Amino acid sequence: MLGVDIGSTTSKCVVMRDGAEIIGSAVIPVGTGTSGPARAMEAALKDAGLTQADMDVTAATGYGRNTLSEAGHVFSELSCHARGAYWLFPGVRTVLDIGGQDAKALSVLPGGKLGGFVMNDKCAAGTGRFLEVMARILDIDLDTLSRLDLESQECVEISSTCTVFAESEVISQLSKGTKPEDLAAAISRAVAFRGCGLLRRLGLTEPLFMTGGVARHGGVVRAIEAELKIPVHTDQRAQLAGAIGAALMAYDKITREGE
Amino acid sequence: MDDHIERKPAKIRLREIAEKATQDAWEAKLRGEKVGWCASNFPQEITTTLGIPVVFPENHAAGVAAKGGGQRMCEYAESMGYSSDLCSYSRISFAYAALKECPELNIPQPDFLLCCNNICNCMIKWYENLAVELDIPLLLIDIPHLDAFPCDEDRIRYIRAQFDDCIRKLEELTGKKWDEERFKEVMAISQRSSRAWLKAVSYAQYTPSPYSGFDIFNNMAVAVVARGTVEAAEAFEQLAEEYEENVKNGVSTFKAEEKYRVLFEGIACWANLSYTFKTLKNLGINVTATVYGPAFSFLYDNLDELMAAYSYVPNCNVFERELELRVNDAIRHKVDGAIFHINRSCKHWSGTLYEMERQLREKAGIPTVVFDGDQADPRVFSEAQYLTRIEALVEIMEENKRKGARK
Repeated sequence: MLGVDIGSTTSKCVVMRDGAEIIGSAVIPVGTGTSGPARAMEAALKDAGLTQADMDVTAATGYGRNTLSEAGHVFSELSCHARGAYWLFPGVRTVLDIGGQDAKALSVLPGGKLGGFVMNDKCAAGTGRFLEVMARILDIDLDTLSRLDLESQECVEISSTCTVFAESEVISQLSKGTKPEDLAAAISRAVAFRGCGLLRRLGLTEPLFMTGGVARHGGVVRAIEAELKIPVHTDQRAQLAGAIGAALMAYDKITREGE
Repeated sequence: MDDHIERKPAKIRLREIAEKATQDAWEAKLRGEKVGWCASNFPQEITTTLGIPVVFPENHAAGVAAKGGGQRMCEYAESMGYSSDLCSYSRISFAYAALKECPELNIPQPDFLLCCNNICNCMIKWYENLAVELDIPLLLIDIPHLDAFPCDEDRIRYIRAQFDDCIRKLEELTGKKWDEERFKEVMAISQRSSRAWLKAVSYAQYTPSPYSGFDIFNNMAVAVVARGTVEAAEAFEQLAEEYEENVKNGVSTFKAEEKYRVLFEGIACWANLSYTFKTLKNLGINVTATVYGPAFSFLYDNLDELMAAYSYVPNCNVFERELELRVNDAIRHKVDGAIFHINRSCKHWSGTLYEMERQLREKAGIPTVVFDGDQADPRVFSEAQYLTRIEALVEIMEENKRKGARK
């Protein structure tokens, strides 16, 4: 099975066998409308040592889901993230998915079905795009930004929820001599607070699992844990959750039809 | 009347009534009569009894947006110096008052303004601004927000005093005379219209619903502009008959299989009406509950109840009562989910929307989804975000149905 998650800023692909194991995967840092989806599929198939012809089923999700001609099944990314997260972390009840352009809190039913969800409003505040913009201003890469908060000594605030306004805030803090590590912590907290707001609106039941590209951002994960005072679980493969979910949902469908 | 075959379908009659109301206002203007711009939930019994022609800026703005002029008119208002954070209906209204014409839809310019803040408190500022810009009188009926249901005696007296004062001022302004007998007649017709409207809307409780829920967005225009006319009462009665007939024959104006039934909360995205509707239709989702049934029917048996009825408008009523109406509708009309439009223009509606969503989800036991949009400014709506949210809702509704079927 091939699951492809065509996001706004990245394309993710997994090759799975019998809904049980991942045998190939790839993440390409460009999303819908680019060569990203095709490259992600090619790389994941190569990783698995297989070709498209070996696939029994191909399923797509994410913003670009309706553009993939190979896809025999298309699912909403919300259901896919719930399903994928459940596979990565069985027993999960709440998922916080923060991607490139949106953030969502999902309640997950036993078995991995989507129970309900709330999503961010239209702007990109509190999403991966926000972190990318901030990393650029600080002139560091995202990986460095995700660790820099650990060195923070002083608490500063980024109060604006608007990416553009927050950008000016960070620039003015930099010009005042605020240390990048303190700003990194503030940026992580800003994203974390938006995510926590969604979780509170949804109603949070533990355990909480994080998916999406921002799940790899340690600073944000730590800030959410500090704010909610509960552990936030994640997984190295959390960015693949949507693609895994798509593959599994397609697998469910074909096995159900086969029954 | 046994002329089912010859008579025009109710939806055509309703459209003609709405068009005629505007046409009548144009003709009155040409005759030299004074024409008003009037808020949608202003007590129409006053203007209808006095025979004063009025048109409705909210309906006008919705019409302009539905025909594709929303963004242009909003941008024009912004170029005049109005903030894009203002309500898009008000921006279209300001632009129209300045431009005096609009290729999508024209209404006569006003000689006076009739505002009633039961539908929107910010509307007072919109109308005050028009009054200053156009240098014309503004009459306001202030209806205080309810903090308990039903409306209390003090509020009724307060509204009644303004009602009487407004009549006196309009008599002075237009030279027309109040006639108690005509008032009684208008009240009776309005009741007939309101009951017929509610009856027609209520047929959505049948499965499948005999009509597409989006029809309500079009038909409700007449409930706003001509509730006190016999033509409107008859057309609504015919609409109810047609829906009843559809139920008997198992047909519907919703031209797709009704796989899912939803409650739609909020004003339509007029500028994106086609996309928002077709997305639902393609997924087999019919709207079988909206707040517009009760919102534009004003039921009363005496004068005090008439005053009270105008405080039962959605944005004036107490939250718990509004919630109860929606929960009841969701259950009675057997909805599988609810779609909430968080309308950038409407500060009042947005103020309670997330809480309404949360409580409806819990009390009616249905999945809900919120999408961003606007009543008339298409720049605030994203097709991809709407589709993602609706598809996810479908996946939950589908799963719920499967679980229900297994039980």
